[in-house]
Amino acid sequence: MSSHDALDILRRDPRAEWIARNRLHPLHGAVVDNDMAEQRGPSGLLRKNPHRIGFIGPNGIKRIDRLKGNAAASVKGRRSGAAQAVQLPLHRVENPDFYIAVVADMVGGRLTSHDKDVLGQAHKLVAAMAGEGAVLTVCFGASKEAHFDTAGVDRLLLLDDEIYDDYCPEQQLAALQQVEAEYQPQYWLFPDSVNGGTDLGSRLAARLHQRPAVQAWQVDHQTTVCRGAGGTVDITRETPRVLMLAEECADQIDASRHEALSVTLTALPTVIAQLQNQGPVAVDPNAVALAEAEFILSAGNGIHDWEQFHTAAAVLGATEGASRVAVDDGFMPRFRQVGATGTWVTARVYLAVGISGAIQHMQGIGQCDKVIAINTDAGCDMVKRASLSAIGDSEAILGELIKRVQAYRAQLSVAGDQDAA
Amino acid sequence: MQPNSSQSHNLNIATLVSVGKHPQSGRVRRADQDSRAVELGLRLTADNPAGLTVLHAGDPAEPSLRSYAGMGLAAIKVLQLDPAADAVAPLGEQLQQCGADIVLTGVRAESGEGSGMLPYQLAEKLGWPIVPRVADIVAVQEGVAEVLQALPRGQRRAIKVRLPFIASIDTAAPAARQSAFGPAQRAEMRVSVIPAETDTVRQSWDEAVAKKRPKRLKVIKAKTAAERFKAATAKSQSEGGRIMKQEAVDEQAQAILDLLIEEGVLR
Repeated sequence: MSSHDALDILRRDPRAEWIARNRLHPLHGAVVDNDMAEQRGPSGLLRKNPHRIGFIGPNGIKRIDRLKGNAAASVKGRRSGAAQAVQLPLHRVENPDFYIAVVADMVGGRLTSHDKDVLGQAHKLVAAMAGEGAVLTVCFGASKEAHFDTAGVDRLLLLDDEIYDDYCPEQQLAALQQVEAEYQPQYWLFPDSVNGGTDLGSRLAARLHQRPAVQAWQVDHQTTVCRGAGGTVDITRETPRVLMLAEECADQIDASRHEALSVTLTALPTVIAQLQNQGPVAVDPNAVALAEAEFILSAGNGIHDWEQFHTAAAVLGATEGASRVAVDDGFMPRFRQVGATGTWVTARVYLAVGISGAIQHMQGIGQCDKVIAINTDAGCDMVKRASLSAIGDSEAILGELIKRVQAYRAQLSVAGDQDAA
Repeated sequence: MQPNSSQSHNLNIATLVSVGKHPQSGRVRRADQDSRAVELGLRLTADNPAGLTVLHAGDPAEPSLRSYAGMGLAAIKVLQLDPAADAVAPLGEQLQQCGADIVLTGVRAESGEGSGMLPYQLAEKLGWPIVPRVADIVAVQEGVAEVLQALPRGQRRAIKVRLPFIASIDTAAPAARQSAFGPAQRAEMRVSVIPAETDTVRQSWDEAVAKKRPKRLKVIKAKTAAERFKAATAKSQSEGGRIMKQEAVDEQAQAILDLLIEEGVLR
């Protein structure tokens, strides 16, 4: 009891309090707790000592940091010039109880945004089901993708043999049947896209005698809502095993890393293809709509030899584009204008010659994967955006490029003739 | 455009047509892709009109069938089925009976389920190859057809395939000719009543008018005002772009060429 009483009684030291009140007392520093700008007073109230907040800056002026420590980080980031990469938590699946298979389109050897939506949907299904599941991603052809882990791939089956490089839906179907035999995935998810996902998904569904949901946009492990009748009807149905998912069906993975462990098939079947691919047919690149062209050669104020520019576009096989200045000056027609007031392009490769990059133009090329800039000014916005910039006279660089492409084409055709002979 | 071969005289083409629906008004019409398939069939059998069979499974009194007939068809074959019946099995039998060399369909129907699975299921049932998204059939010679496939971004791919095969016709195919009212009324509807199994799976589905899909929200995960400000004002900039400033012109050109080859855009 006595010890309890001792704790209850508040014992004051009048001298210490007097020293604490007097900041000029020689013992003041020893009595006052220097580190604490805020402390509990004797009655439990939070007491702030305004003299203790902040720090003395290098020029002797007191500085108060109201950004809660974030200011230091932002200063550091500005100096290094690049935001520091955040290490996301790793999602590990040791022994998966089941698999969900995702067959990615891999346009140009990289995961498309649609593929990533489908991967997000796959993880939503895994989370809703009992047990530990892994997302098995099947990719055909050579891959240039470097971020399988952050896209949400637990297991990666990369079929990059030579036979998969060309168009070979029957061969791909045979490989998927082998996956079905070895892994028995709970669900097969395909992007419902013109890049091959729909075709492959339909083939697999017909082979497995499944009734797939197409243009599915709201999927959980029990019910699926999908579009029917040309997008005018919503069909609510039980979730089938084969799903072809619409774009933006689920949120992409952005808060975790995944293992992306490589797996292989024990047997690789080969089939005799009934469809013989005769290769791409040459189409006039300028007949392709600018908004959907794959490769655009765009001209700006830095072009002086327009004959050479048109030759370059023809030699490269690129669709022609232009900045607003080139159109206003009458060198290019209005429908070739790229940017906010012209066309918003979706090209995979955008070669900008003599365009410094007004913000309206940069908005128009926001969806382009690779931007190549040829410019005289190394500090312009286009060079900051580009993945490859050549600084110099555009006429000289384009002339050299034309020569080299012609030489490359000639070399290819010689090699092709030798193969044929 | 037309096949330049002696084979085309006895080329037997079957086109499957469905009831279309206008995307805005919802009015019944000839389906866009199906009418392009009829158009392609008419072009392929220009010198042998008897070689084209236009098939429909469903209600023979359907008014939109007349707009297909108005494209210059003498008759349309209709397999009269219950609306809830599964059309795959009777269509497969019919195609085998009429000995079709090429079967043309649309990619996806504008009414009903519209899953685009019918050509695939028929191909699986008959054991024929299927060529999806065809823009044109260039030539048929010695039992091999040369087909142009429509790819995204306006590209085309040439494919050779042995007859018989199934092709689904893309919207990139030549546009359908106008439908004339008089010939449409005069065309004959050859109806045959076929017993078919009911599609039991579909009966458990709920169908409703399509809801507008919610737009994906841009979630900003910034915690402080400074980060939010940065997220709102940041320009899209590629990090680590390669800048060639001092290099000679030929080196710069070679670097650009290498990148173009790596991306596979030089054809």
